[in-house]
Amino acid sequence: MNLKKHIAHHVRDIPRSGIRDFFEIVQSMKSVISLGIGEPDFNTPWHIREAAIYSLEKGRTGYTSNLGLPRLRESIATYVHANFGIAYDGQTEVLVTVGVSEAIDLALRALVNPGDEVLYHEPCYVSYSPSIVLAHGIPVSIPTFARDNFRLTAAELEKKITGASKVLMMNFPCNPTGATQTREELEKIASLCIRHDLIVLTDEIYSELTYDGAQHLSIAALPGMRERTIFLHGFSKAFAMTGFRIGYACAPAILTEAMMKIHQYGILCASSTAQDAAIEALEQGAPDVENMRREYELRRNFVVSSFNEIGLDCFKPFGSFYVFPSIAATGLTSQEFSYRLLKEKSVAVVPGPAFGASGEGFVRACYATSLDQLKTAMVRIAEFVAETRAASAAA
Amino acid sequence: MDPLLTLLKRDAHTPPEDLARELNLSLAEVQARIARFEEDGVILGYQAILNDDKADGDTVTAVIEVKITPERGGGFDRLAARIAQFDEVKSCYLMSGGYDLLVLAEGRTLQAIAAFIAEKLATIQGVISTATHFRLKVYKENGVLLHREKPEPRLAVAP
Repeated sequence: MNLKKHIAHHVRDIPRSGIRDFFEIVQSMKSVISLGIGEPDFNTPWHIREAAIYSLEKGRTGYTSNLGLPRLRESIATYVHANFGIAYDGQTEVLVTVGVSEAIDLALRALVNPGDEVLYHEPCYVSYSPSIVLAHGIPVSIPTFARDNFRLTAAELEKKITGASKVLMMNFPCNPTGATQTREELEKIASLCIRHDLIVLTDEIYSELTYDGAQHLSIAALPGMRERTIFLHGFSKAFAMTGFRIGYACAPAILTEAMMKIHQYGILCASSTAQDAAIEALEQGAPDVENMRREYELRRNFVVSSFNEIGLDCFKPFGSFYVFPSIAATGLTSQEFSYRLLKEKSVAVVPGPAFGASGEGFVRACYATSLDQLKTAMVRIAEFVAETRAASAAA
Repeated sequence: MDPLLTLLKRDAHTPPEDLARELNLSLAEVQARIARFEEDGVILGYQAILNDDKADGDTVTAVIEVKITPERGGGFDRLAARIAQFDEVKSCYLMSGGYDLLVLAEGRTLQAIAAFIAEKLATIQGVISTATHFRLKVYKENGVLLHREKPEPRLAVAP
């Protein structure tokens, strides 16, 4: 029986994730220092874990409202207002989801008709293009460049806008580049979105992790944008809660209602335990976030300095926990660099093209790993680069 | 606290080159600031944190609660400073509450500490009473857990 022919065409045509192949090789090797893990190395702060245990002890294990626990939604509304300056009604404009990943899927499915174009900047998180395809949209990538510190520019965006453009997806601070937006650029992008009547999906999962005193600014906070923006956020990165799978979408009630329709039939509600943990995180977790943020900042400084000393140009990102150094100086492709570094020095970094074609010439290194490990990794990368250069000079 | 001090407090062994990278400072700047901290008495010294059981099985540690009589003009300071001078005393703090000084003392044997208390500490004029507690087991020393939990394994690569 030919089962393949039964797979839906749009699913069949999605290429295998570049990260997956790489993952399998890393998995098969021993004592690898992995800078390829896009999640915090911290455990979830104890009081948050304890709140989850308490929730289980109390037997709070039933379904919750489809939208999420009312107290959590109110806490989210309060948190988003206090930290991002955007006011949402906790009863009608907040939807608790299974991580931001689900929220992205809901938003795209709620908005996109077959043939609608969805714009997104590249290099970007691995799920964007497949999620658009799964929602029967047409992915339209907008390149970002090292010369702009991987900011999305209004000029590049405008080149890709057509009559079929419907949605712009954004993710700043950005995985994999660590890029952040300036107010000036965001204002230009906002006015383009208004002029072309685009809906914006903004995935701000890394927004708490900004450095050098930089103040995160959400595009939803700009005049005229709240009404056309779906603001996506979650607990995985700032509160180190990846395995809890808990996130949320905030949007005008009509859009929230549309996403809820899909969510209620597909998921019903996010895990009740994770929701109780999330309440604790929002209400009591700020000092933990700040401690982790400070730690990431030290590591970022260390990693950026080290890459530049080694001779791999690396701009200093103001957000997330990734750096995206250029490996052009080695004369290798991203793929060659990553595979050889793994084989020869047992250090894993992710090849840039896993995040889109414009990632060629770069690799992603995540510094959510202990400083000791980072130090060893950087010594090994330095050795690798020196050996590669010596070999190419001799050739 | 100065971020340089925070890092040194966590690991005084960190090479100044790494401190410079972490703090975005030049190597010379880091070295100058450390020298300054040492000169000003902000940094008093550098020590290794040991697991006494493994390093040297025959050290006995005691916590001694000491009540003393404050003096006119000097309060507790002169007497506290005098007690702190003894080599057996590793730390000495003035406390609020039921007693005045908390003294951490170390000796080779229980008898050695008992002798120190009976012959030296308790006989000082102004010391009213002592209450001694011997340490049985260490779980955490200076912020370092003796038995570290193994971290949960993470995925090797994640998006």
